[in-house]
Amino acid sequence: MSIQVKDTSIFYGDFKAVEDVTMSVKPKSVTAFIGPSGCGKSTFLRTLNRMHEVIPGAYVEGKITIAGQDIYGPNVDPVAVRRKVGMVFQRPNPFPTMSIYDNVLAGNKLNAKRMKKSEADTIVESALRGANLWNEVKDRLGKPGMGLSGGQQQRLCIARAIAVQPEVLLMDEPCSALDPISTAAIEDLIHELKSDYTIVIVTHNMQQAARVSDDTGFFNLKAAGQPGHLVEFNPTKQMFTNPDNPDTEAYISGRFG
Amino acid sequence: MSKIDPSVDDVVQEENMLAHATLPRGAQWLVGVAALALGGLAVVLGVGIVGAAVIGVLAFLIGYPLWALLVENKRSATDKLVTGLVWTAFAVAVIPLIWLIYTVVSRGAATISPEFLTFSMRSVTGDDQGGLYHALIGTLIVTGIAAVISIPIGIMTAIYLIEYGKGNRLAKGITFLVDVMTGIPSIVAGLFAFALFTLIMGPGTRFGFGGGVALSLLMIPTVVRSTEEMLKLVPDDLREAAYALGVPKWRTITKMVLPTAIGGIVTGVVLSISRVIGETAPLLVASGFNPNLNTNAFDDSPMMTVPVFIYTQLSEATAKGVEYAWGGALVLFILVMVLNLIARIVGTIFAPKTGR
Repeated sequence: MSIQVKDTSIFYGDFKAVEDVTMSVKPKSVTAFIGPSGCGKSTFLRTLNRMHEVIPGAYVEGKITIAGQDIYGPNVDPVAVRRKVGMVFQRPNPFPTMSIYDNVLAGNKLNAKRMKKSEADTIVESALRGANLWNEVKDRLGKPGMGLSGGQQQRLCIARAIAVQPEVLLMDEPCSALDPISTAAIEDLIHELKSDYTIVIVTHNMQQAARVSDDTGFFNLKAAGQPGHLVEFNPTKQMFTNPDNPDTEAYISGRFG
Repeated sequence: MSKIDPSVDDVVQEENMLAHATLPRGAQWLVGVAALALGGLAVVLGVGIVGAAVIGVLAFLIGYPLWALLVENKRSATDKLVTGLVWTAFAVAVIPLIWLIYTVVSRGAATISPEFLTFSMRSVTGDDQGGLYHALIGTLIVTGIAAVISIPIGIMTAIYLIEYGKGNRLAKGITFLVDVMTGIPSIVAGLFAFALFTLIMGPGTRFGFGGGVALSLLMIPTVVRSTEEMLKLVPDDLREAAYALGVPKWRTITKMVLPTAIGGIVTGVVLSISRVIGETAPLLVASGFNPNLNTNAFDDSPMMTVPVFIYTQLSEATAKGVEYAWGGALVLFILVMVLNLIARIVGTIFAPKTGR
């Protein structure tokens, strides 16, 4: 599913957080957003599944379509959007009251979807296999999800997100709380997931963007207090070798940010 | 790791600069015994027991830090002074409590008997055996009614305030009113219920349901407050995680937020019940006196409750009345203890498990 964003600005009340973003995300590819802290890349990511609406007073101007459907159109139910567009957060957040098994099924269980035990088992196994976690947890599916290590918890959250079979997967700095080995495991996973999902990832780690993504968007602020904007959006290879914009080059080569 | 090279450390310090003189081991016991002896001396000299205790504690609080100041240093002296003060405060808080438990148990235990727990006061005169069965049943019914009214209202109010209101005007207004409600004197709640049912059902109506309404007025604010605190503890991360899975808000609340917070909510609710179960004034006004067993809370006749039973027995001013009052106090006490125990157990059962 491709994502088309046109002239989109994001506001928190009177404050304009992100200004005039236009981009086109290719289906079944990995798109990375990089940029300094506070430039609005996470905010922008959250508008792709209408999660920013959780904050009172937040709204969007412009047009965002996913597979041709306007997600901000009239009568669009944000809940329906989020079922198509899953999300993985910065900090692993498995549900503390649930076992590993129930955590994977959370999307179905919380929506009170009835299913047979065998069907549920299949979903759990395929989601955990998809998240490269099956071998580590298959013998303790009944144990609480909070008992796993940080990296395992994050993969559990990925399994939970893909268990509801979304078409787009948003990742908000999924590795920033993890050690290098867990990070490598998740990056491998992103490569595998690419064949089934459109993935958009926010990262602070430019090497990570270079390693995992096909396209990269660079967000920046003109000055403190100014809205963030998209400076450049290009294939990752070009971005890291021959960027169009001098600011991008300065950021990537570490001269600021 | 290389071996420690002795030559590096060859200049042996005459004195360890990091160490200082310390009090002998068990110094606090020595000072304690001395303070106790001083207190004993004060008793011998004719000072009252309370005065002697104060003298002993003061002697300890001054003597021990002073000794530390002379031998050790200022920081250690301050440490000892503050430690002493904290323990004193702890004792001041706990001694009355233990005293109270001791008094209630020692005076009430003799009264408790199968007859006392199963007889009512119906046509009991003189030395006849009576009991508080009617009051016990009444308390359970009245408190049950209060709980049935307050728990849903309280929890739903808290859910509105935390999940939906989030600082809007209505939520601010409700929070203010809940705070005001917390401060209502309990007799005013009783008068309100009495007046309300006088208007609805005619003058002088005293019945169990009225008592339940009066207690619920006192219970709702504590339920709201404690539930609110528990809901605030559920991280927003978890709510967002549920939303991101395409779960609607109401299902997120009922299936994720409430189960996560349920341990604390149940504890808060049970504690609020144990708070109102001992209320006397509102029940005196709203549900009245009755020597007979009355199990119908909606019948227009008074319903006895344990606190009111204690009050009436005490106001009889007979030896047996006083005895029954202590017995009633012990029963009430045990009831509250059991409720607190339940709250603790439930709290641990429902607490989210970490699996570590």
